[in-house]
Amino acid sequence: MLFLFALLIGLLYGAAVYLLLRRNIFKLVLGLIFLGHATNLLLFVAGGLTSGFPSFIRNIPGEVEKMADPLPQALILTAIVISLGVTAFALVLVYRFYSVTKTVDLDELSENE
Amino acid sequence: MLVLPIILPLFFMVVLIFTRRWLAFQQHFSLLATVILTLVSAFLLMDIQENGIATLQVGSWIAPYGITLVVDLLSAIMLVTVSFIAIVIMIYSPGFIDKGRQSAGYYPLSFGLLMGVNGAFITGDIFNLYVWYEVMLTSSFVLIALGGSAEQLRGSIKYVTINFIASIFFVAGIGILYGLTGTLNMADLAYKLRAAGHIPYLDGALMLFFIAFSVKAGLFPFFFWLPASYHTPPIPITALFAGTLTKVGIYTMFRFYSLFIVDNTMFWKAFILVIAGLTMTIGVLMAASQYDIRKILSFHIISQVGYMVMGLGLFTAGSIAGAIYFMVHNMLSKTNTFLAGGLVYQRSGSYDLKVLGGLYKSNPMLALLFFVPAMSLAGIPPLPGFFGKFFLIKGGFEAGDYLITGVAILVGLFTLFSMVKIWNEAYWKKETGTLPKGKVSRRAIASTSLLALAVVLLGIFAGPVSDITLEAARQVVLPDLYINAVLGR
Repeated sequence: MLFLFALLIGLLYGAAVYLLLRRNIFKLVLGLIFLGHATNLLLFVAGGLTSGFPSFIRNIPGEVEKMADPLPQALILTAIVISLGVTAFALVLVYRFYSVTKTVDLDELSENE
Repeated sequence: MLVLPIILPLFFMVVLIFTRRWLAFQQHFSLLATVILTLVSAFLLMDIQENGIATLQVGSWIAPYGITLVVDLLSAIMLVTVSFIAIVIMIYSPGFIDKGRQSAGYYPLSFGLLMGVNGAFITGDIFNLYVWYEVMLTSSFVLIALGGSAEQLRGSIKYVTINFIASIFFVAGIGILYGLTGTLNMADLAYKLRAAGHIPYLDGALMLFFIAFSVKAGLFPFFFWLPASYHTPPIPITALFAGTLTKVGIYTMFRFYSLFIVDNTMFWKAFILVIAGLTMTIGVLMAASQYDIRKILSFHIISQVGYMVMGLGLFTAGSIAGAIYFMVHNMLSKTNTFLAGGLVYQRSGSYDLKVLGGLYKSNPMLALLFFVPAMSLAGIPPLPGFFGKFFLIKGGFEAGDYLITGVAILVGLFTLFSMVKIWNEAYWKKETGTLPKGKVSRRAIASTSLLALAVVLLGIFAGPVSDITLEAARQVVLPDLYINAVLGR
């Protein structure tokens, strides 16, 4: 399981970097989204994977030790909300950029007026 | 008491959001609000000087389980400086920023930014720190794009992208650190790291943090976003960013280095000193080659940040105290030079040194207002920049690191060169005669003078201030004080 997760995270990071290096500005935003997801998964895995014991569902005394750690899940929830907000802002920003400059080319970002 | 620097800006922000139509009210209320914030922070500083590090366990969840708020002297000094800068900006802004931007949410957003900055200074929880960083950054994202001119949009896209990526590094570091230690409370983490000795992969997590904070602080090799975006918004926004944002990154580095670097100290020290040397040298060389006032000053931020990191790398009480003093001086002087640059723009409608000229003859007041902070940055006594550099260089010699100290002295020379360049081109040389003669707002002059006065006072009272910074440095160098205060041992 751990191996599969590691593979998935690596794939997501790879895709994110690939997208960030494209010239299309919408792909840049897509890359940021991927980057956020990869890191959320990393947070999830680094907190330790537990299967079959969801936290707080079965409160049997003596089994608390085996329970999945709820904290990384709470952290991911926060991180997801934050990256949602930033992504929404980035999309508006990029759209505004598009409507002002009529291009989606990142080379337009350089300032050789 | 400890929550006030976070709660008050939130309250002010909400009030300002609902009163967006009444511009005059917004201007006066913001000024009043920043004055209140400064008073509260100053009171906190005095309280901590007297009673030592203050902590608050939010919701009465004791230390490692809940979120702890901690204010030590370093945090308190930063709080006071930031709120004072906010006062100056709030006096300056109505005279400079156009009405459209002002009523589009400039005031509420500024308080959002202040809330994030204050939160980052106060929190004692590493994930909470990330959240405050995001509060601060999201406000700054909107502030930098506010108005939406094509130039601003270009700058904002770079700014948003690079800061988002840095945040991702930060979160990844938090995840790995939590996996290694099982705690997020900074004091508890520090305690566990000290008890455990060597933890494998720890340096990986710390390096992720280092990358995240060096992006935010503008260290070599991650500084290119700063001069590419800082010059695009109106100058009060740039000045606010220059005075606060990068320094939050530096503050966090101080905190993390003091608490978490227990293993491999030799490596980290050498590494940070190398980065510091490269940052100050490259920053100042790039500043010297620019012709836009805002760009020269932006590259200067980078070079000066190098000095602070140098103080951190040496990590003796003397050098840290010097770095803290330098940080306060830099926040004031840097904001002041940007604001003085704004005055030039109001007068002549340009930031370009090639077309500017003759301002000393036509407006000696403007020249003086630039001269004070610029000479302070260059390190001319009796201005605070001299004492800041003096403490740092003295710290360097005491620690026996002659190479970095030599670099620091040399960079000081180049700093003087690039300040003199602005002075010569904009103020000293003959008027080019083609520029419009704009009217300089009185509020802008008043606030810039206030800040220049603060700079001079910081230099005159270098003795008493350096006593406080030395005490703050002692708390940084001996993290046990911090750890015990939080964990209540």
